[in-house]
Amino acid sequence: MTYFLQQALNALQLGSIYALIALGYTMVYGILTMINFAHGDLFMVGAFLCFIAATFLKLPFVPTLLFSMAGVAILGVVIERLAYKPLRQAPRVSAIITALGVGIFLENFTLALNPYPQHIPTLITNTTYTLGGLSISSLQVIIVVLSIVLLILLDLTVRRTMVGMAMRAISWDKTVVPLMGVPMNLVISMTFAIGTGLGGAAGVMYGLAYPVIDPYMGILIGWKAFIAAVVGGIGNIRGAMIGGFILGAVEIMVAAFFPSTYRDFVAFTLLLVLLIFRPYGILGKPRPQKV
Amino acid sequence: MSLLQAKSVTHYFGGLCAVSEFNLDLAPHELVGIIGPNGAGKTTIFNLITGVYNATHGNIVFNSPKVAGDTELVGKTPSAITALGIARTFQNIRLFKDLSVLDNVRIAHYAQVGYSPIEALLQIGRYHAEEERIARNSMDLLAVFKLEDYAEEFSKNLPYGLQRRLEIARALATKPKLLLLDEPAAGMNPNEIMQLMDFIQWIRKEFDLTIILIEHQMRLVMGICERLKVLDFGATIAEGLPKDIQKNPRVLEAYLGEEAVG
Amino acid sequence: MARRWVLPVLLAVGFLLSFAIPQFGLLDLYVQLIIMYVGINIILTTSLNLVNGYMGEFSLGHAGFMAVGAYIASVLTVRVFPASMAVWLFPVAILAGGAAAALVGLVVAIPSFKTRGDYLAIVTLAFLMIVKSVIENIDALGGPRGFLGMDKLTTLPWVFIWTVLSVWVIRNLVYSNFGRGVLSIREDEIASDLMSVNTQQVKLIAFVTSSFFAGVAGGLFAHVLQFINPRVFDIIKTTDILIMVYLGGIGSIAGSILGGTIYTVLLEVLRPLGVWRMVLMPLVLVLLMIYRPRGIMGMREFRWFVPVRDLIASKLWRQAKQKEVGDVPSAS
Repeated sequence: MTYFLQQALNALQLGSIYALIALGYTMVYGILTMINFAHGDLFMVGAFLCFIAATFLKLPFVPTLLFSMAGVAILGVVIERLAYKPLRQAPRVSAIITALGVGIFLENFTLALNPYPQHIPTLITNTTYTLGGLSISSLQVIIVVLSIVLLILLDLTVRRTMVGMAMRAISWDKTVVPLMGVPMNLVISMTFAIGTGLGGAAGVMYGLAYPVIDPYMGILIGWKAFIAAVVGGIGNIRGAMIGGFILGAVEIMVAAFFPSTYRDFVAFTLLLVLLIFRPYGILGKPRPQKV
Repeated sequence: MSLLQAKSVTHYFGGLCAVSEFNLDLAPHELVGIIGPNGAGKTTIFNLITGVYNATHGNIVFNSPKVAGDTELVGKTPSAITALGIARTFQNIRLFKDLSVLDNVRIAHYAQVGYSPIEALLQIGRYHAEEERIARNSMDLLAVFKLEDYAEEFSKNLPYGLQRRLEIARALATKPKLLLLDEPAAGMNPNEIMQLMDFIQWIRKEFDLTIILIEHQMRLVMGICERLKVLDFGATIAEGLPKDIQKNPRVLEAYLGEEAVG
Repeated sequence: MARRWVLPVLLAVGFLLSFAIPQFGLLDLYVQLIIMYVGINIILTTSLNLVNGYMGEFSLGHAGFMAVGAYIASVLTVRVFPASMAVWLFPVAILAGGAAAALVGLVVAIPSFKTRGDYLAIVTLAFLMIVKSVIENIDALGGPRGFLGMDKLTTLPWVFIWTVLSVWVIRNLVYSNFGRGVLSIREDEIASDLMSVNTQQVKLIAFVTSSFFAGVAGGLFAHVLQFINPRVFDIIKTTDILIMVYLGGIGSIAGSILGGTIYTVLLEVLRPLGVWRMVLMPLVLVLLMIYRPRGIMGMREFRWFVPVRDLIASKLWRQAKQKEVGDVPSAS
């Protein structure tokens, strides 16, 4: 039983990170119907910015987090303006290929500047608490709490602010919204900034939890987070959160009870089965086509 | 002997009732019109007949020339229903825009093609003969509709009126017994509507068709429909001869509102 | 048409060259290797183009089909076929690999009946991961350490033959009734259904054909590299193939040949740049997407690949009509 709960905690930690990354995917998809496959690599950039801030700028935790989030957010907006904006009218898959290209660029550019894996210095003194047989590390607590805070802030922003409303409007009808006086490009840039910023935050947390980072770390995690977003219902923010936690739970639980080589296999099969029963994801709704 | 019989067809979208208790007994060669205000459920009925939706309740039975006896349509796939002999056009033109005019018509021959995938992959057997036949059939059909000069043009480049004509040609390529026309006169001026009226009568005779028509242009409806069904909010509020429907108070109320009638 | 003999002549010359080059060492061994990879990539690109380009789907599983073909073909030549017969039975191994991949493609096609777009992307991606995981867990196949022992059975003539065969068959499919069905699904699936196209049948044919040739490419690949492991057939490999499809042009046979060739050759040519090679390549790709989103030959075709009947359909028809009416000029 304790083993199970212990794994549940690990699942919560991993799930929070997946949730934050999945959110970035879903926000961009929701507003532009585009899958930003460079997102996983932006997560990686976040981890590297954390490394730079902590090692060279010797910043403590909170400024490092803000530095990384801001850095990734700026990079995200720049990418959006340079590479994605010209393709808004192009077939969707062309934009996706562009995103793949941007991702490959980020991976190899980082690799070119930095051929060896790096180690992130400890920014948070990691004390372990014992609670009824369970060991909980302060790092785990911070990651989970921070993620939840960010998720709540995001949910509030999308539901309660004008910007959030504009985002939701754009996801339904891009042609009409500018006619209503909404500065569409600005809102889209803000969406990218927030989505990628969250990915950057995830990068920091991942870097703190698993301190060895390399330029290719974003690839697999990015694809997994993408699956999480789709499982939750792509375009749906709460769905992305749920999807992220489900993926984290499935991975940890599978690894806990199956040999490690089976982990990916069982995890993906489960997700596939889930999609068979809920083809549009858990919270997703098919956009009905008028015939 | 009815060609098509719809019995108590009812359809819900979630909690919303789009069509309720729709009945139709269609005899061969009839030209029936379905009219009503926007949102009355007219296109939904077309979608139910052609299998885009599966009716929540009720039956739709079709006497197909390809199958002995009557066939239940509810539950069948759209392509199966089309192969049985029902074809349609769309409210908003749904041509294959980036394909040529000829290809649009050739595609509609899909179910009539006599060769297997293997014969296609290796270009053996019946492949060449059948491709000949389909190309010729399609060009012949285009010629009937005076579109043969546009054969290699992208269908999206055709002027609006010709696109509508192409859509009908494409539907007729499937060799239907029953043709459903969804607002064929949309966007036409009175002159064009006159031509369309003659055109519809002509294809009915030439292609031995039974036609159901959805339309808002009263000139067309009153001009060629033999009988009408009037829908409002999914329910049939009146049916009968056009001249009677014109005077029916319930119909006027549905279109013009209570105050206009009272 | 006078020009119609050029292509068969070129093919015959190519076939002879494919024997002559290795026999007489006309080209460097390294260059021969590159040419073989170009051929394999052309097969991969053309087959993926069928599903992603012509049909407008978004399948991410191509490397998985390649893996199935690679492993089945390798197991046959290394473990099943007697060593002396391996050379003669090589085409059988390749066909078996293709058939196995086609069978798997059948399974993947089924979800495509109900889902499209991004959800299909996930299904195919999950399938890819599953294939990789399954191989990793089968010790008999070498698991994560990989499978080796293949002889270098892939030769220039074989690559030439299989490449020409693949391109020819896929091109035949595209210009047939089923190929038109594929295009109509891309244009408007609902209208297509309503115009009598059996979309399920079409999707099955497309997926099975596509995965068959991916399996063939996999088998050829395994017998030139002589060593395969699951990590070779991961999402990065699929991404490579996707790039080749979009680089050359979606919905185009010539585009697939172009994409496969350019990508392979360019990557080799840029090798001296080291890691900066993969920094430059994606930039070029992004620029290409911005200025030509459908790829170099997007949706356009090389005239010689299009069947004559399709090129001049109305002209042929008019000629036939004139003959019927007896040389009376047609009224319209």
